[in-house]
Amino acid sequence: MTIKHILKLCLLLLIFSCASSEISKIEGKRIVINDSLETNQAIDDFIKPYRLHLNKDMDSIISYAPETYSKSDGQLNTAIGNLMADAVYSEGNSIFNKRTQKNIDFVLLNHGGIRSIISKGNITTRTAFQVMPFENSIVVATLKGTQVNLMMEYLSKAKRAHPLSHQVQLILDKDSAISSATINGEPIDVDKTYYVATNDYLYDGGDGMTFFQPNEGLYVLDYKIRNILIDNFKKRDTINPKKDERFIKLED
Amino acid sequence: MKRRDFIQKSSAATVLASVGGLSLQSFSPSKTKKITILHTNDVHSHIDPFGPEDGRNANKGGVARRATLVESIRKENPNTLLLDAGDIFQGTPYFNYYGGELEFKLMSMLKYDVATIGNHDFDNGIDGLYAQIPHADFEFVSANYDFSNTVMDTHVKPYKIIIKDGIKIGIFGLGIKLEGLVGKDMYKETVYHDPIGKAQDMSRVLKEEESCDLVICLSHLGYEYKNNSDKVSDITLARATKDIDLIIGGHTHTFLPKPTIETNSIGKNVLVNQVGCFGLYLGKVDFYFEPGKKVSADGASIIV
Repeated sequence: MTIKHILKLCLLLLIFSCASSEISKIEGKRIVINDSLETNQAIDDFIKPYRLHLNKDMDSIISYAPETYSKSDGQLNTAIGNLMADAVYSEGNSIFNKRTQKNIDFVLLNHGGIRSIISKGNITTRTAFQVMPFENSIVVATLKGTQVNLMMEYLSKAKRAHPLSHQVQLILDKDSAISSATINGEPIDVDKTYYVATNDYLYDGGDGMTFFQPNEGLYVLDYKIRNILIDNFKKRDTINPKKDERFIKLED
Repeated sequence: MKRRDFIQKSSAATVLASVGGLSLQSFSPSKTKKITILHTNDVHSHIDPFGPEDGRNANKGGVARRATLVESIRKENPNTLLLDAGDIFQGTPYFNYYGGELEFKLMSMLKYDVATIGNHDFDNGIDGLYAQIPHADFEFVSANYDFSNTVMDTHVKPYKIIIKDGIKIGIFGLGIKLEGLVGKDMYKETVYHDPIGKAQDMSRVLKEEESCDLVICLSHLGYEYKNNSDKVSDITLARATKDIDLIIGGHTHTFLPKPTIETNSIGKNVLVNQVGCFGLYLGKVDFYFEPGKKVSADGASIIV
């Protein structure tokens, strides 16, 4: 007998001697983890230095908010949404321009992408993490005027304060039909191409925004929205975002 | 002693009577064995508990508390396994700052045995995941991600077999389709294979070739997609396969108050469980084994 045979025999013996057991009963439940459980001190001590370092960094003050800003502060545009879209424009365009010598025409983000309020008082790095906990980054899509028109149609129907940068003005009539739509004061030209910055989630069709694809070209900036916010906050002692007229509905 | 003799003889008789099946049973005196399976999913870097002010999860979660709970369960039953169904990474600044190092170190301290890989575990790219592997004293399983042409090659096995108290437990992993969910530049040359086909292979290997007593699938496919029945989920997986005893799921952050009992392709029961997300809950499934005893055709009694 070869070694191989002996091994096989051993394996067989093992199988027959251990023998499979059958399940007779199963009990399943879930257990809540809450403050009725004691903290394991060894684990907590291990976390502590990480927590301290992180908190020191996260609590570093990078700007100041004179008011509390929430995404529910307005029907079609809000101070916090305008702040985010304009920050994406200014920080994103400086990178885009350096790489391409072109300029972003405008920015569209999504209302659901604002994950927290900005509270009155000091703005810290943590604020940026709360407003934008996800890793989404900015992309710039080259869109035809016809696609921009589809975007405006979408916005008129969505009736949500999806953040737009200040280059856009979209006015709906009292029936929520588009009354006028301009970019940098000019009507949308179906023959023109527009460089539109958005986040990678929306670019991929998130929130039903199907108008970004197909397109004439895509620029991936590898710039996270959270980092845009941090960089933007650091440039100003005090933020001063306002709700304005960029996206409104006429009442009569 | 007479009584023991009798039991042994009668179990020998059972053996003879049931030749044909692979249920040639143990010759040791039969004693009920208990295997406890503890599990988490989608913890998403939630290391600290939620604060008292949190709107939804006030005072819940926290790794240091989970450690206390796991330790007390292990003390009660040393034959306990601790498993995770993926999306260990991403969700708090701990991940942004330390790239998953602390998550893996803490899971090692809690003595996790096996985990599978979720889509968010690619959030720092496959290189970011690979960089943290040295901090993990537990193993990764995935049967339907082929990492051969990536840095993760050899660091993820299709399955893992663990023997506790003589009970052979086979654990295999399944991951969700990455295309469209994770950037290609993040997952690189990771190849995704059909989870159902792989699960059928795995359950055959574990049940028939490896003769496991208990087969567990660690899945990051998602619990159920009611509006998209073509999409593979734990529920469709449970119905389309056989010889899996427990599917531990993730991805959809589904808070199941208790495990779901599904019927598999040959009419037997299979348990599907998922405990939401963020380490708010620990799932616990106890399996009792009767060595040398044939369980009724209906299978085990299930108390959930």
